[in-house]
Amino acid sequence: MPMFRLACLATAVLAAAPLTAKAEMRAEVLHWWTSGGESAAVKVFAEEFTEAGGTWVDSAIAGGQAARTAGINRIVGGNPPTAMQFNTGKQFDELVANGLLADLDAVASEGKWQDVLPPALTEAITRDGKVYAIPVNIHGINWLWYNKKLFDEHGIAEPTSWAEVAAAGEKLKAAGLIGLAQGGQPWQERSLFNAMLVGDGGTDLYYRIYRDGDQEAVRSDGFRKVADLFKQLQGLTDAGSPGRNWNDATALVLTGKAGMQVIGDWAKGEFTAAGQVAGQDYGCAIVGQGGYLMGGDVFVFPVVDGASSADETQATLAEVMFAPETQIAFNTIKGSVPSRLDVDVSGMDACAQKGAAALKDPARQVPTTDFLISPDLSGALDDVITQFWNNGGMTTDQFVEQFIGAMQAAG
Amino acid sequence: MVTARSPAAASPRMLGGRADARPARWRRQLGAKLALLPLTAVVIVVYLGCMLWTVRLSFSSSKLLPVGDWAGLQQYERLFANDRFLLSAINIGIFGVLFIGGCLVFGFLLAVFIDQRVRAEGVLRTVFLFPHAMSLVVTGLAWQWFLNPTLGLQKLVRDLGFAGFTFDWIVNQQMVIYTLVIAGIWQASGLVMAILLAGLRGVDEDLWKAARVDGIPAWRVYLSIALPLIGPMVVTATVLLAVQVVKLYDLVVAMTRGGPGIASEVPAKFVMDHLFERNNIGLATAAASMMLVTVVAILAPWIYARYVRETGRRT
Repeated sequence: MPMFRLACLATAVLAAAPLTAKAEMRAEVLHWWTSGGESAAVKVFAEEFTEAGGTWVDSAIAGGQAARTAGINRIVGGNPPTAMQFNTGKQFDELVANGLLADLDAVASEGKWQDVLPPALTEAITRDGKVYAIPVNIHGINWLWYNKKLFDEHGIAEPTSWAEVAAAGEKLKAAGLIGLAQGGQPWQERSLFNAMLVGDGGTDLYYRIYRDGDQEAVRSDGFRKVADLFKQLQGLTDAGSPGRNWNDATALVLTGKAGMQVIGDWAKGEFTAAGQVAGQDYGCAIVGQGGYLMGGDVFVFPVVDGASSADETQATLAEVMFAPETQIAFNTIKGSVPSRLDVDVSGMDACAQKGAAALKDPARQVPTTDFLISPDLSGALDDVITQFWNNGGMTTDQFVEQFIGAMQAAG
Repeated sequence: MVTARSPAAASPRMLGGRADARPARWRRQLGAKLALLPLTAVVIVVYLGCMLWTVRLSFSSSKLLPVGDWAGLQQYERLFANDRFLLSAINIGIFGVLFIGGCLVFGFLLAVFIDQRVRAEGVLRTVFLFPHAMSLVVTGLAWQWFLNPTLGLQKLVRDLGFAGFTFDWIVNQQMVIYTLVIAGIWQASGLVMAILLAGLRGVDEDLWKAARVDGIPAWRVYLSIALPLIGPMVVTATVLLAVQVVKLYDLVVAMTRGGPGIASEVPAKFVMDHLFERNNIGLATAAASMMLVTVVAILAPWIYARYVRETGRRT
C-alpha cells in the first residue's frame, strides 16, 4: 500500500503546515472591502505586511453590517480574527467595555500617533486613556459634487453657501434638468442633513446637538433654518429618487442628467471609473462655513490568549498600516485621505488635496455623528429625518419635536 | 400530534386484553422514542429555548451584547411610543389581509382556468408557478425597476405618447404598501393555484356529471360544490401565505427599503434593523416578542377549535 502510506504522509505534512505557520506572524484580517477599488486598496496592506515578515489571511465579508455581525459573533464566541474593521466611532464601545479588545498603547506611543492624528480621531480611538484602534483613513462625508459642464452652460459658479446650492438647483430645474441627484435612502438623507447642519448651522450648533445632546439647540432658529433649507432641496430632486442607490445618483451627475450630488468622497471612484478628471469634468466643494465632516475606518485587535495588550503580530500589523508610505498608497486607491496629517499628499488628485488642506485646520476637523452618538440614537434620528424629507405634510415644528423625541427616547 | 395521542388512547383497551402487553409495547416503542429524542431536544432547546431567551432579553437593557439585567417594561414603553413600529404594525395588517385575500382569489381563478382542460396546460402551469421559484429579493428588485417612475412602466407609457400618464405608487407614501401587495400576489398566487388545482382534480367526476344533468351552470358548481370540497386545500394555502406575511422582510428590503420615509416599514425589518444596525437588542427583542404574541393570539383560537374542542367531543 505505498499509495496509502504516501497519502498519510502528505496529510501529516499538510496538517503540520498550519502549526509551523502559527509560530510565525499569521494575521487573519476581517474587513468588508470587497468592491474592485476597495480590494485593490486592502491589497496594499497585505503586501506591506507580507514584506514585514507576516502572513496575511484575508477574511473579506461583503457588506459592513454583515461583516461586523460576523466579527462580533466570532469575538464573543471566543474565536476572534487577529484584526477587524469598524467604522471610526462608537461601534466598538461595548467590545472595549467588556474587555474583548487588546489595547495598542505601546505601538501608539512609540509611533507618536497623538502628534500626527487629528485630535478628534485620537479621541475616537481612545477609551479610558488607552488606545484601542488604528485609524487607517479619513473619508469626507459632506462633499458637494457637481457637473462642471452643466454649471458652466447655465452660468453657475461653485456654490459657497447652502442657499446658493438651492438657487443653483432651482436654475437647473427650470432648465429641465434634475437640480439635485439624491439617493433616497435614510443614511443618504441623514448625510445631506448633517452636511447642511455643519455648513449652514455651523460647527457649534452641530456639537451642541450631537455631542452635548442639547435639546434647546434643536429648537433654535439656526436649526429651523437648516430644516427649511433641507426641505427646499427636497423639491429639487426627481420622482425616481426614493430608494435610489448613491452610485446611481452619481451616475446622473456624471452623465449630465443632474447638476449635483452631496455624498462622501467615495463617489470619486465613480467619476474616475467614467474617465473624468477632478477640476475639469467635475468639481468638488465643501459648502458653507467650512467644517469638514470626517468619517472613516479603523481596525481593532481582539484579545488573543487572554493578553490585554496587542501581541507581536497585532503590533506589527498596526505599525505597517500606519506607516506613511502605506497610508499614501492605500488612500490613493481607496479615494479617502490619510488619517495622519504629516504625509505628503501632493501626488493625490485635486479633491483629495482640497480635503487634506481642510484637515490641516483643527477648527475644520469635525467628526461625523458616528463618533458622537450611539447607533441606537443615530437610527432613531434617521427615522425622523427620512420622514421629514419624504413626507410633504410634515412641518418644521413637527420635525423639531420629533427630533427631540428621538433624542429623549434613545439618548 | 397524532403519534403523541394514539398510544394514550389505545393503551387502556390493550390493558384490558393482556396484562403483559404494556412492557412489550413499551419496549417496542423504545427504539422509536430514542430516535425521536434528538428532534425533541432540538425543538425544546433551539425553538422553545430561543423563544424564551428572546422574551427574557426584551425585559433587559441589552444594546450591542445581550445582558441579563432587568429593565422592566422600559423597552415596551419605547416600542409603543415609536411611530415606526406602530406604522409597521398597520402595514403588516394591510399587507396580510390584501395579500392572503388576493392570492386566494387570484390563485383560485387561475386554478379554475387551468381546470378547463386548456391546451398547453403543462406550459401554462409552469408559467404561473414560475414566479414562486424566484427569491423574493429578485422579485422585489424586478418590481422596483418596473414601478420606478423614471425607469419603468410610467416612463414607457409616457414615451409611447401618453404624457399625462402617472403611476408612481412606489414613491408615494400613501400607496407604496399596495405595490408590495401587488408584487407579493404576483409571486405567491402560482403556489395557491397549484394547491387548489390539485384539489379540483380530486373532485369526483360524478358530481360534475350530476350537476350537468341538473343543468347547473359551471360557476355555480365551482362556488357551491367544488370550493367547499377543497376546503382543506384552502386552509393549507392560507397557512402557507400567513407564514409569508409574518416573515415579510426580504421583499421590502429589495423593493422599497421601507421607504419613502418609513411608509413601507414592516415589523420584521424593525427587528432586524434594531438587532444589528442599531445595536439595540432590547428593543428588537421587544418587537419580536410582540410579533410572537400577535401570532399566538391569532393561532390560539384556531388551535383550540381544531384540536382541544375536537378531542373533548370525542371522549
